[in-house]
Amino acid sequence: MEVTAMHFRRKATEKLNDANLQQALKKLQSRFVDSRATALAELPNFTEIRDAAADIRERAVGHLDSYLLRFEREATARGAVVHWAEDIEDANRLVVEIARRHGVRKVVKSKSMVTEECGLNDYLASVGVEVLETDLGEYILQLAHEPPSHIVAPVVHKSKEEIADLFEEKHRRPRNTQITEMCREAREVLRPGFLSADMGISGANFIIAETGSVLIVTNEGNGRLTTTLPRVHVAITGIEKVVPTLEDASTLLRLLPRSATGQSITNYVSVLTGTRGKDDPDGPEHFHIILLDNGRSRLLGTELQPMLRCIRCGACMNHCPVYQNIGGHAYGWVYPGPMGSVLTPAFVGLENAIDLPNASTFCGECAVVCPVKIPLPDLMRHLRRRQVERHLRPWSERAALRLWSWAAQHPAVYALFTRAAARLLHRLGGKKKSLRYLPGASGWTKGRDMPTPSGRTFRELYQARRAS
Amino acid sequence: MSARENILARIGKARGSSITADVDGEIRRHQRGPIPPLAGDLVKRFGERAASLASDVVQARTITEVPGLVARYLSERQLPRQGVCWPALAPYGWHSAGIELETRAARGDDLVGVTGAFAGIAETGTLMLLSGPETPATVSLLPETHVAVLESSRIVATMEQAWDRLRVERGALPRAVNFVSGPSRTADIEQTVTLGAHGPYRVLIIIVG
Repeated sequence: MEVTAMHFRRKATEKLNDANLQQALKKLQSRFVDSRATALAELPNFTEIRDAAADIRERAVGHLDSYLLRFEREATARGAVVHWAEDIEDANRLVVEIARRHGVRKVVKSKSMVTEECGLNDYLASVGVEVLETDLGEYILQLAHEPPSHIVAPVVHKSKEEIADLFEEKHRRPRNTQITEMCREAREVLRPGFLSADMGISGANFIIAETGSVLIVTNEGNGRLTTTLPRVHVAITGIEKVVPTLEDASTLLRLLPRSATGQSITNYVSVLTGTRGKDDPDGPEHFHIILLDNGRSRLLGTELQPMLRCIRCGACMNHCPVYQNIGGHAYGWVYPGPMGSVLTPAFVGLENAIDLPNASTFCGECAVVCPVKIPLPDLMRHLRRRQVERHLRPWSERAALRLWSWAAQHPAVYALFTRAAARLLHRLGGKKKSLRYLPGASGWTKGRDMPTPSGRTFRELYQARRAS
Repeated sequence: MSARENILARIGKARGSSITADVDGEIRRHQRGPIPPLAGDLVKRFGERAASLASDVVQARTITEVPGLVARYLSERQLPRQGVCWPALAPYGWHSAGIELETRAARGDDLVGVTGAFAGIAETGTLMLLSGPETPATVSLLPETHVAVLESSRIVATMEQAWDRLRVERGALPRAVNFVSGPSRTADIEQTVTLGAHGPYRVLIIIVG
């Protein structure tokens, strides 16, 4: 997927002024924040489960090679073919090779953020393979030629009226704005796609070292159809998604759906192991698993290693006051919200996502809600420090900081400057003792008045008190 | 070097030591994480949780009652009475209850699918279905109505207990283990939950015994 994270500031401003989007974002609160809290309240030993979940992920990430090798051995023994991809070019090339080898013309896909990383749909289309997204949200986005704005609810930014217009145009059926009817229409349009596809492409929520299985959680059933009906199944996943055992997956499943959508469990949890058996009446004959690195292994042993624990629930973005106000598109890549503020710079380069680690109030809610205890604010702070060390910040900001640093080391100059500023602001404040506009901070004063100083600095008051 | 070797080399280098973890030994222990406390009767809890996830749940004393219960369920909702079922459930008098079932994998236009279940999980009200020659995965997936016949003795507390049972009874995992918790659903349009996305619109669970 194309990276546009360098335009964060401009796009965030646009999104703040987009009335439709602001209306859509209001629904996030009840759907994700409140229902998560209710669902987790069912678990009296939540804290213990969360500790265990973080521990499972940390162990897996700490011994990634051992678990991946075990996974590969078990999956291969059951007839799956395991491929390794260094980067998105590798992954895309592998998918096309598999498609060619099996004479594939039509592909159905269930939702996968890793394939969004790869820009796989465009790549397949460019080599003449027809791809149909089957998650309802992703299908709508495919019709609209838009990227997802949320990792769980990809089409959260669109109203039903916009979707109804799109369906009317693309399906050539009478316009319908009843949501149940719209869902049925999509089902009817997509069902023949499932039945005629040669290949299904899915992601993986976890891969299980013990059994060589791919675990997928879905609600719509499109994930099951995609991995059951076509004769070839390709699962693409990041190398960090491995967990040791079925028991470990069970522990994580107590937190993943609850953290994501507030469900105690998703409608479907599918554990897929190997190819169709000799006498099986259904299931794919060929099963390919692509393990994608794309920058992940480079985070090992660095301050950003805890980010590899991420299970992509999206709780950090749902609870982020910045995400809640601008939605996902402004972040300019696959992963929005706090997870994206760490993953995007880590995967595509800090210089290409300069504003993302700063797109946070550091309220800390993302770390509070993370089911695997990723210290997201610490990781963003680390990236901020790296920006400064690498001189990536704008020259005006660097000059201002240098000036401040010099003044702070010269107390007399500092005193002179603060005294002048306090006097000036006091006079400007007048009787109201507040300012409605402050040059250089107009964004800040747009929503509130700035109370002005009393006219005397702390030092002056302190000295006066000592003298008396 | 291949991508595989490069990736493994980077991982090893980052850790600063050669592979030391005894992952096979650790995996063999199947250590369980913390389990939430489950009070009360498991069958009752299963039924309540399944109903809360929009499954319809009824009880039958014996398997012979099942066709009649299914017939009543379908006629109350004015649903078609033809479909497919797993072979093991074929001999129970469907025809005399007015239901015509074929024993095969499901196709795109089948409307009712009747399956058994390897286990029921009381913690979440979830069915556990295993794919296999006699238990096609499509029967619980393609039709608009899914009927699952679950013996009460197969209801366990947690997913962990179900894995243990699977290891004892089957040894290895089948191609697909599908955990099913109610009808398929989506909330993609304006965060409004709608039942019946790509899978069944309704799930009837009949607990036998």
